[in-house]
Formats: sequence, structure tokens, C-alpha cells
Amino acid sequence: MEGSLRRRRRLDKLTVALFLAPALLLFVVLVVGPIVLAMYTSLFKWNGFGGLPQDFVGLDNFRRLFEDEVFIGDLERGLILVLLSVFVQLPVALGLALLLNQPLRGRAFYRLVFFAPYVLSEVITAVLFTMVFSPNQGLANQVMSAIGLENLQQEWLANTSTVLYALFFVISWKYFGLHMILYLAGRQGIPKELTEAALTDGAGTWQVFRHVTLPLLGPTIRISVFLSIIGAIQLFDMVWVLTGGGPIHSSETMAVTMFQYGFRRSEVGYASAISVAMFLISLVFALLYQRFVMRRDIEGAITTMREKR
Amino acid sequence: MSTRRDTKVRHFWLHVVAIAVGLGIIVPVAFGVLGGFKDNGQLSTNPFGLPDPWVPENYTIILGSSGFWRPMFNSTLIALTTVVVLVLVASMAAYVFARFNFRGREVLYTLFAAGLMFPFTVAILPLFVLLRELSLLNSPLGVILPQVAFGLPMTVIILRSFFRTIPGEVEEAAILDGCTPFGFFWRILLPMARPALATVSVLSVVASWNNFMLPLVVFTDPSWWTLPVAVQQFQGQYADDTARVLAYVVLAMLPALAFYAVAERQLVGGLASGATKG
Repeated sequence: MEGSLRRRRRLDKLTVALFLAPALLLFVVLVVGPIVLAMYTSLFKWNGFGGLPQDFVGLDNFRRLFEDEVFIGDLERGLILVLLSVFVQLPVALGLALLLNQPLRGRAFYRLVFFAPYVLSEVITAVLFTMVFSPNQGLANQVMSAIGLENLQQEWLANTSTVLYALFFVISWKYFGLHMILYLAGRQGIPKELTEAALTDGAGTWQVFRHVTLPLLGPTIRISVFLSIIGAIQLFDMVWVLTGGGPIHSSETMAVTMFQYGFRRSEVGYASAISVAMFLISLVFALLYQRFVMRRDIEGAITTMREKR
Repeated sequence: MSTRRDTKVRHFWLHVVAIAVGLGIIVPVAFGVLGGFKDNGQLSTNPFGLPDPWVPENYTIILGSSGFWRPMFNSTLIALTTVVVLVLVASMAAYVFARFNFRGREVLYTLFAAGLMFPFTVAILPLFVLLRELSLLNSPLGVILPQVAFGLPMTVIILRSFFRTIPGEVEEAAILDGCTPFGFFWRILLPMARPALATVSVLSVVASWNNFMLPLVVFTDPSWWTLPVAVQQFQGQYADDTARVLAYVVLAMLPALAFYAVAERQLVGGLASGATKG
């Protein structure tokens, strides 16, 4: 009996090692490896060719980063996109989720349509909207002239003061459905008894929303804000295809700046510093957010995990 | 009686809002579909109406060219290979994380979960350097393997939490019947986990199909371009020919929309559960 137990243990150890090995290998080489490599190369002046970099410059690339107007601008534009997302896109998504939670005829169809843009790639969405926003044949300007707003016609993507909002519109067009689906799932997880009880106690529709639905949707909202912000920090495909970051950097994001330096101008050392900055910003944000905003949600999750164990 | 009328009125306005939002989604797509059937003159003179006459050439020329079918084939090949490798590798890891006790388990699992914080965008430049050193540029493996690696965190998290819901008695019974750990994993656990496997497969198909940055830098050889890269290049090449670009975009949309029509439930369920568990 003892021998079979020992054999069982050895078999278990072997299983753990063999089953983990492929995932661990891929993850360490292709996910952790590049992050470490970026940290290393960010300390060099390097054009990206010829083995490992030689010209060590310490933290110079990072000093340059904080004097680079484009990079500072990237941070500001990122902040604007985050604020617009959190205060415009997400409330609209929440409103639509609550709308689709009503016993409305055809709501399954509405949901199907609202969520459909999410499956289109950012590239396809961006190319489509390049056409929508194109100055002459584009849909946007022709709609404007059809409803008599000729004076509001724009070169939407070529005007430094409209391009960021046009970009935000396209981002929202593609992603509000995702947030709506998350809210809808969260809303459907709230037991009917709670809202019904509040209604019988004389609460109005607004009060039920404010004091029952909204607090109980808290965890979902916090996740959705989190995804939205992380998405904004990494935004690339959409901008690259829609505007390339222009005109004059006015729609550029950190990822676009990094791509320009890394793949177009062969300043790989400096571009690595931007990568590292993006990584640190995401990481610090994620840690702070989980520590201070999602703390209660995670505590809940951890206790349920313990129960299962 | 009056409350029923109130509900009716309220529902009327809800429908108005829903239809307005729906139009906001459908109109740009319809503009693309119809625009593809127009020529460029019609696009400026007749923006909203049906094409007159209908010009199918934009579509038929694209459908007859390898510039469309080749990227379609590449995207399919890469998406399918990514899913098969990812699901296999991730479910093996998730099985170990879910059902074995070993030293360092929590540390390793946290490391994987933290991988959610490492997106392509951050790693693309060093990844490119690494893939160049490994001679994986212009090879489908140069896209597939990183996609698997970056897909692991989400997939392992979802699968582990599903594997944990399968009662330990099932495993004990299987082992008493002489099942090896691998036999249990392959013949019992995976078949039982079919719904979860469907969910993660659908999520990773969509992620692979839509991936742009990685194929953009890995494939300089046009014969390996995937659909998003080809769409972007096509737009650059025919920038002045709006109607033709619209036709290409519309055709490139179809596979994703068809897939959505088939797999909507897995996609929606997967995103909802992924977001709450991640």
C-alpha cells in the first residue's frame, strides 16, 4: 500500500511538471522575456540591429521621454479618451443595458445589433469610418448637408480640433456593446426580489436605480471602467489605420509613438523606453485600482474561492 | 388601466431610443455595403439612395482575386492553429492548477494571471526583436506562438475555475478504476468541460482573427498577410477609389459577422464570465 502511495506521489509530480511545461515555456519566453528585454534595451541607444545593444546610456531615454512634447501629449490625449469613455460611453452603455433589461419586444434583436460591432476588427472598423468621415464622399458630411447643417461639415480626421472626438466616436461605436453586455449580465444577476421589494416600499423608478440597482452593479461597473482604461492605455490599431496619429500628432497615442520610433525610425532604445513606460503605467494603475477601488470585490472573490477549496 | 397605458408610452420611447442606436450601427455598415455597389461618381451625387445602376464589379473583381482569398486562408489557418494549441496547452496547465497541490502553485498561478497586464502593444517591439533572433519572421509560427502565449492568462483563468467545479469524487472514482492522471484529463475532464472549452475557443478565434499589430510586423511578405493587414494595405493602395475599398471592407467583414451569428451565445457568455473572473 505504501509503495503504491509513493508511486502515486511520483506520478503526480511528473504530471505537474509535464502538464505545466509547455504553458510555462511559452509564457516565460514570449511574454515575460520581451518585457525583460524591453527593460534592458531601454537603457541603450540602439537602432535594433546587430546582436545585443552596446551603447549604454543609462536612464537618458527616460529623461528624454519626459521632455518629449509628443509623449506628454500622448498622456494628455489618453486622459481625455479615458474621461470621455468613463463619463460618456459607459453611462450610455449602462443606460442601454437597463433598457434591454425591460420586457421589450425585439430586445434579443436589439442586443444582437448593438453587440455586433465588437466582433469586427479595429482595422475593419477604422477603414469603414475613414470612408464615413472622408470629406467629400463621406457619410458624415453628407448627413450634415441633408439635414441642413452644411456649416458644421468638417474634414473630421484632418482637423486637429475634431480628430480626437471622431476617434472617440469610433471607439465607442465598436466597444459600447461590450460594456453593455457586461452590465446586462450584472443586472440580470440582481435578484428580482430586491427591486420588487423596493418598489412595494414606495420607492420610485429613479430611487430604485440609485439605491438598489446602481450599488449592486458596483463590481461590474468597476471591472468595465478598468477594462476601458487599460484599453485606452494600449490603443493602437484603430488610431494607426484611422489617422496614423495625425494630423500633427493630435490623435497620437503612446503605442503609436512607440511604433513610430521602433519600427519606422529605428530608434529601438527610445521606443523600448516608451514600451516600459506603458508597461509601468498599466501595472501601477492596475495595482492601485485593485488595491483601492476593487478591494471589496476581490475580498468577496477570495472568500468564495476559499469556500470552494 | 392608466399604468398599462403608461407602460405602453414608456415602451414606445424605449423603442425609439433602441431604434436610433440600432440605426447608428446599421447605417455606416449599409453605407459600406451599398457604396460597394456604386461607382465613385454615384458616391458623391447619390450618397443615400440605392445604387443606380448597380455596379457589381467592385465585389466581383475582389472575389476573383487572390488578394482577397489568400489573406482569408492565412487568417483561417492562423486562427485555427492558435486555438488548437492554446486550448490544449492552457487546459493542461489549468488542470494542474485546479486539481494538484504542489509547492509554488499560487506563485505560478499569480504570475500567469498577472499576464493579463502584458498586452501585445507593450511587448510588440522586444517581441519582434526576439522573433527575428529566432528566425520566426515571415513564418506563421511567429504569429501563432505569441498569440498562444498571450492568450494563456485569460484561458487558464476561465478553465481553472471551470475545472474546480467538477467534483473530486469523479476523479477519485476514475483513479480507483485504474485511470492515470493523463487518462482522467483526456478521457473524462476535457469531455466534461466542453462548454468552457467552446467559450475559450470562441474568444481566442475572435482575438486571433482581429489581431493586427503582430501580423503587421511579423509578415513583410505579402503572401502571409492576414485579413486585417490586407485590408489596411488595400486601403493604402486604392485610397482614391472609395467604392472599391468599401467593397473590400464589406467582404472582409462577412466571416466575422457570420461567425458571430453562429457563436453569439458563447461569445457573450464568455466575455461576461471572463470579466467577472479575471
